[in-house]
Amino acid sequence: MSSANVIAPSFPRRRVPAAPLLLLLGSVALYIGVAFSTGQTRMLEVEGVVGLLQRMVALGIVAIGQTFVILAGSIDLSVANLISVAAVLASFIMQGRPEMMLVAVVAVLAVSAVVGFINGALVSRLQVSPFIATLGSGLILQGLLSASFTNFAGSVPIEFQAVAYGALGPLPYSVIGLFLLAILASILLRATKFGAHLFAVGGNAEGARLAGIRTDLVIIGAHVLCSLTAGVSGLYLASRLRSGAPWVGRDGVYDLESIAVVVIGGTLLAGGRGGVWGTLAGVLLFAVLDASFNMLDVSAYPKLVLRGGIVIAAVAIYTFRSRELAA
Amino acid sequence: MAHVARRINVALVVFLLFYLVIGLLQPNYLEPAGAMNFLRRAAPLAILAAGQLFVLISGGFDLSVGSLVTLTVVGGSMLTANDPGNTWWAIAALYATGLCVGFINGAVVAYLRTPSIIATLGTLLSVNGVAMMWSGGSPRGYLPENFRMFGRLVFHDVPVVKIFPAAILVFAVVWALAQWGLHGTVFGRRVFAVGDNARAAQLAGVQVASVRIAVFVISALAAVTAGILLGGFGGVSVDVGVGLELQAIAACVVGGAQLMGGRGTLVGAVAGALTLTALFTLLTLLGWPQPLKETAQGVILIIAVAFGAWRRRRTG
Amino acid sequence: MRLFKWIAPAVSGTALAIAAPYAASAQNFDDPREFQAARDLLKMTPSGPEGKPWEQNLGGKEVDTSKYKKPGPYRICFSNAGVDNPWRVVGWINMQAQVDVLKDDIKSFKAADAQGKDDKQISDINAFVQSGDCDALIVSPNTTAALTPAVEAACKKLPVIVFDRGVLTTCPVTFVNPVGGYGWGIQTADFIVSKLPKGGKVLALRILPGVDVLETRWSAANRIFKENGVNVVGAEFTGGDNAKTKQIVEDYINKNGRIDAVWMDAGATAVAALEAFEDSGQPYPIITGEDQEDFLKKWKEKGLTAMAPTYPTYQWRAPVIAAVKVLKGEPVIGPTWKLPQPVITQGDLDKYVDDKMPPLHYAMCGCKDLPGYPQRWGGK
Repeated sequence: MSSANVIAPSFPRRRVPAAPLLLLLGSVALYIGVAFSTGQTRMLEVEGVVGLLQRMVALGIVAIGQTFVILAGSIDLSVANLISVAAVLASFIMQGRPEMMLVAVVAVLAVSAVVGFINGALVSRLQVSPFIATLGSGLILQGLLSASFTNFAGSVPIEFQAVAYGALGPLPYSVIGLFLLAILASILLRATKFGAHLFAVGGNAEGARLAGIRTDLVIIGAHVLCSLTAGVSGLYLASRLRSGAPWVGRDGVYDLESIAVVVIGGTLLAGGRGGVWGTLAGVLLFAVLDASFNMLDVSAYPKLVLRGGIVIAAVAIYTFRSRELAA
Repeated sequence: MAHVARRINVALVVFLLFYLVIGLLQPNYLEPAGAMNFLRRAAPLAILAAGQLFVLISGGFDLSVGSLVTLTVVGGSMLTANDPGNTWWAIAALYATGLCVGFINGAVVAYLRTPSIIATLGTLLSVNGVAMMWSGGSPRGYLPENFRMFGRLVFHDVPVVKIFPAAILVFAVVWALAQWGLHGTVFGRRVFAVGDNARAAQLAGVQVASVRIAVFVISALAAVTAGILLGGFGGVSVDVGVGLELQAIAACVVGGAQLMGGRGTLVGAVAGALTLTALFTLLTLLGWPQPLKETAQGVILIIAVAFGAWRRRRTG
Repeated sequence: MRLFKWIAPAVSGTALAIAAPYAASAQNFDDPREFQAARDLLKMTPSGPEGKPWEQNLGGKEVDTSKYKKPGPYRICFSNAGVDNPWRVVGWINMQAQVDVLKDDIKSFKAADAQGKDDKQISDINAFVQSGDCDALIVSPNTTAALTPAVEAACKKLPVIVFDRGVLTTCPVTFVNPVGGYGWGIQTADFIVSKLPKGGKVLALRILPGVDVLETRWSAANRIFKENGVNVVGAEFTGGDNAKTKQIVEDYINKNGRIDAVWMDAGATAVAALEAFEDSGQPYPIITGEDQEDFLKKWKEKGLTAMAPTYPTYQWRAPVIAAVKVLKGEPVIGPTWKLPQPVITQGDLDKYVDDKMPPLHYAMCGCKDLPGYPQRWGGK
């Protein structure tokens, strides 16, 4: 992933256009435009906007984690399957009993952290390519999960369903949680040593190592954070769907979509540059696309074609000015 | 002896081991007919892996091959509409489509500087969408016999091997072309050079953009070929290509290709494809549930790559 | 550090392995009461207009819908789980054509496609309810439990009609579906038992585990096979993949010498299974497929001993008819409306086989009288 970074040429400092802001404005404009042109202005009222933001939560949480990993110059393809594991584990442990809620949450986060640790160790210690390491671990997770559970397992008590369905006034807890998470992540990236090290490792792993940074710990840390967010996303989905099933992660295509929104948001796949708000703007774009396609009554198949085109266009818009060679 | 050991592809050894176990469980596979059937089943993946190898060596990924296989089968059924007279120009049209898709992939990566993961992800979505839009979600026609013969025809009463599936012939042709292209031409050397260090290759005068476009075109053409075989063997279906791109990448990787580019062999890719096919067959025979096959695939993948990385560190 | 790496997967693996037996009992797909209820339904004569099974019902009672009465024409919204398989594609075309038939009563028909994602379908339903642009909402749920809260919330604001899969609440005005999986299993297993020679070997081909509609088919069939001492040599998952199906059938023929009958939980790969017999030089088995045209064509061409059960796609017409009735205040069958679930037998085959229709077209579509037939469904 960062083959060009072993001997880092000092490439010209091009100005990355403020991708997050552009995306945000573009998405908002699209949403408003479609709502007006189809006469569905009620979608612009509070409830409609809240519904739009709600679409962002599941992908948004895990995409924040994916941002960390990609910043480090790695990638995580196991998140979709980990989300499934988290959702199933949570509802299985809870079995509808409120007293087991804390146990379930702790267990899910623990398992997620372990998976992240393994991913990070595979990449940094065993030097396995991140693509393969996380593809492999994802397959292993999915296989073990599907072999043990073939359908929804257990259920989530009403109290826990509040995570997905509860609200503070008009704003759902889950949306508030997403933005709090984003703020935390942003602080972690911009104001801590870990964040600085993360950018360094992603930008030039060899140089960072020579500068005394423990690159393996940084990479492991990034993977652990990513897996933790996958666990949280799984918990949210278990709450929203009232139970966890082995296919929730796969069906949501959270692996490829989280990578797509991170890159669309301006974070370079080679690592070293980007941020959390760009990712969220990418997630907003996807949510707006979903809502807009519904409003425009676009049928399923043209949607796919358009989505593919938009993914490429959203990234090409700022990469085409790059003077670096892409692979 | 160590020198020879280092040259033998690990995937080949693993494949033979798996196949031996398969043979123990189901002696049919050790007979020539059984072996030929196995090879016929492995042919599409081996062809996909051969094409994907070019892209991997150049440092990229082609995630769109699975959807291109689906488009080939669906498109094939729409174009031929059960009329054998349509087969040849339908096949030509499908290859032309593959050429376009490969060209788009390569151009987006080369000129728009978009990383191939994103570019081919976008193509994956769009090609799937096109296949669905064209067929309305369900393929409209039957594939005529002369289209299906590539995947399904078997020559009987052949000396030594008893039966000889046409699919193996197709695969042999593809292998020969790929082997020559990758290891026997200047173009092949340029692909390695671009994968190893694109900037250096460019400074040395290599037209990096043309190389990039060429490798994606090769991968796409291989995908169309694999699609013709799969459509021939299995008949019409809607989701025949799902997941094949990851399997193709896995096959190459198990066979020793490096994901950062610059290293890989065709023999390795083919051996990797055979190994994966043997693994799936073995697990089906052992009665393992489908999900555990995914687990096994994941374990093999990690072990293969970790081993390769370890070997590289040992030998520098 | 190195040791830790090995402990972790071992622990997770053990945990999941321990969980397995509990998981197996999580959802009951083998309910003897449901089985008996299905048997009873299959014996019933449907009531309703002759020749229009999508308007007929097996038992059930009428519900009063006068409280939903509104002046027309109506705006109807549809939350679709997805169109990711040919069965749903045919059904969706049926539904759209039905809307055309009732165009004088329907002002607008909006559909949202959830692409097989529960999370998205919940958001889609919420958006429809919130938009205020729907007089009635039709839902085809992606999964039963997950969609229940969204449907419950929707019921409070407008009349909801559910079909195909149900939800865990009786708040919708009606839930339309045919007899269901148990019925399919009964119909197909009874057929095989009646035709199978003594000591005959049956191979069961299934698509995926854990899918409610498919699990009930297998559990019912397996029950009947066990009761009759039928020798089922294997029950394998094909994943709906033609190549894999062929591999499995070939391996089983090699292992067992011959296979007398093939039971399938869906017809998607039936033709591939039959081709595997051809490729191995074996005589065709007794086979139960489904009402796809490619299977019917092969059945007729090769003179097979076969039957085609159906999970009829005409059930996609009924919710639209019901929605309009509800909004007019006319009574509909509820809270559960059971449609007939016919099978195609040797005697009926000629009525349904049509090689001008696409191979994956479902013959029991009730669509011959709908506008646009046959081109709209891809036929000539």
